[in-house]
Amino acid sequence: MIELVSEERCIKCDLCVEACPTDVFDAVPDGAPVIARQEHCQTCFMCEAYCPVDALYVAPHTDRSVEVDEAELIGKGLLGSYRRSINWNKQAPHRTTPELDEKMHAFRRLNTQRLASGR
Amino acid sequence: MTLSSALLSGNGPLLESDALTLTADVLVIGGGPAGCWAAVTAAANGARVILADKGYCGTSGATAPSGTGVWYVPPDAKLRADARASRDKLGGNLADHAWMNRVLDRTYGNMNELARHGYPFPLDEQGAQLRRGLQGPEYMKLMRKRVKAAGVRILDHSPALELLEDSDGVAGAAGLMQRTGQRWSVLAGAVVIATGGCAFLSKALGCNVLTGDGGLMAAEVGADFSGMEFSNAYAIAPAHASVTKTAFYSWATFYHADGREIEGAGSQRGRSVIARTLLTQPVFACLDRVPEEFRACLRELQPNFFLPFDRLGIDPCTDRFEVTLRLEGTVRGTGGIRIVAEDCSSRVPGLYAAGDAATRELICGGFTGGGSHNAAWAMSSGYWAGEGASLYARSLGPNATKRQPRGAGRATLVDHGPRELLDTEAIIRGVQGEVYPYDKNLFRTRAGLAASREVLDGYWKALEARPAQLAREVVRAREAAAMVATARWMYATAEQRTETRGMHKHQDFPSLDPTQQRRLHTGGLEQIWVRPDPQQSQPTVQEHAA
Repeated sequence: MIELVSEERCIKCDLCVEACPTDVFDAVPDGAPVIARQEHCQTCFMCEAYCPVDALYVAPHTDRSVEVDEAELIGKGLLGSYRRSINWNKQAPHRTTPELDEKMHAFRRLNTQRLASGR
Repeated sequence: MTLSSALLSGNGPLLESDALTLTADVLVIGGGPAGCWAAVTAAANGARVILADKGYCGTSGATAPSGTGVWYVPPDAKLRADARASRDKLGGNLADHAWMNRVLDRTYGNMNELARHGYPFPLDEQGAQLRRGLQGPEYMKLMRKRVKAAGVRILDHSPALELLEDSDGVAGAAGLMQRTGQRWSVLAGAVVIATGGCAFLSKALGCNVLTGDGGLMAAEVGADFSGMEFSNAYAIAPAHASVTKTAFYSWATFYHADGREIEGAGSQRGRSVIARTLLTQPVFACLDRVPEEFRACLRELQPNFFLPFDRLGIDPCTDRFEVTLRLEGTVRGTGGIRIVAEDCSSRVPGLYAAGDAATRELICGGFTGGGSHNAAWAMSSGYWAGEGASLYARSLGPNATKRQPRGAGRATLVDHGPRELLDTEAIIRGVQGEVYPYDKNLFRTRAGLAASREVLDGYWKALEARPAQLAREVVRAREAAAMVATARWMYATAEQRTETRGMHKHQDFPSLDPTQQRRLHTGGLEQIWVRPDPQQSQPTVQEHAA
């Protein structure tokens, strides 16, 4: 569930308030949005994707609230890690190294076979 | 009978008392992929279109936070034949080859259209685009952009509560603007229901907006359903996490807590073994069958899969982690509003259905429509429903805007029962208690289904009789009513399929009965009816269009 709106990073654009499909945030005049209905959070991570400054953190636990520490999350590279991992906002096709590309194609074929085998 | 909108807008005339009243040729309810394709196609046909989403068009629903395969098969006779055949047996031979062909054609066209609109498909060894999958966030962001560019008016955070109808059929819908608590209504020539399936608030990825609302609204105007017994899809997920992406679990070994391997457990055929084990003890998994040289690729192929693991400090290819099976109901099941014609119309004039809100039995039969088939169905049925709705609206001529429809919503909206308020949350927990447990919904029995039906009928009576009064509570109460209704259709239909076919596993009838190779139709709210598809009374192997 959503656990952090970083006061320090937030630029008060309220994009998260708009983009959250389950209406978890409330906008605050001249302030960072507040997590008003945490229990409605479905842990879909979409607010993180839409946050332009990586000010949000959604913990992986969907059924309970957990303590988070902003400095620790930054230290572990977890603030904004979702946006980076899905290559969000890039217009050009995602390119990897030729070696990894080749591996991916081989694995795609293997995975298709494996799924078709019904395991 | 009190006008159903009375609680929200006073007893005055329906439309005049609303805070926001609009007119359109086509109203689309739901802003996931099916709704977006419907809106874009209707607008391209010259219709004035409004799209209302309960959350935010672009992030709402099961697709947006996921990556998904797409049933994209080039128009090659052999490839297409294999694609159809791969689903026939799994789905208990209930799919229809003519519909499969239509969907394969339409999906191929629509995916190529996405490429023209700039969707950044990955490239293969030769530098050609791989169009067999879509990343949800990127896809739905592009679709929102296209919906806006088509001149469609989007109402975000605006859940629909009820359809509007007159003696000619459906004429729009009304709902709430979540932020202000004010009511909106749209008078429309035709309505497309694209509200997704029903996952019973299980927190499967992106699924908590999917509470079956469109099915309830459709049933209230007389639409019916098909395939509701195929509604018990469960996805493997790390325990306590929402990421229900299961493609990689075919590489997993499943373990007891003490490290012994669970015999027979597997992602596909062995999922029942996992469920049986989970009834009494925890289950652990490790993707230790992924060959070491390929481990780095998994992340590239499906980055979302790793999100919970990275944040929990788990390496899923080397560490054992606890797993659960999370109910995805009719989202990965195949039941939904029955489609009666190629334009995705329901049996109610002016009402169309698309995506997971509609039945996917036509292309999947009784086996999970998850992943690539649902994605193909969403973009195909959305396209057809948008086209069909715009043609229907045009056929009404200028009189369409002079209609004076009434709200068709009943449960939790009509005030004719006891005065005490409804305990919506207790009813929601109660429904979940009937549909989550594997020994009730996955392993079905005659006695178990009957017992659940009795409990669910009780909830329905409570919901039908009592109003919810505050704005936010009205939305939640309607969600509860939709979930109770969905569960009742599921189990009523499951009781009539006295065999095991597709995902419907009946413990008292553990084998397939060849005489039951036909689809089941379901309808009704107070009284539920189930009957075999009259056009399929003679079981046949459907080869007519192959």
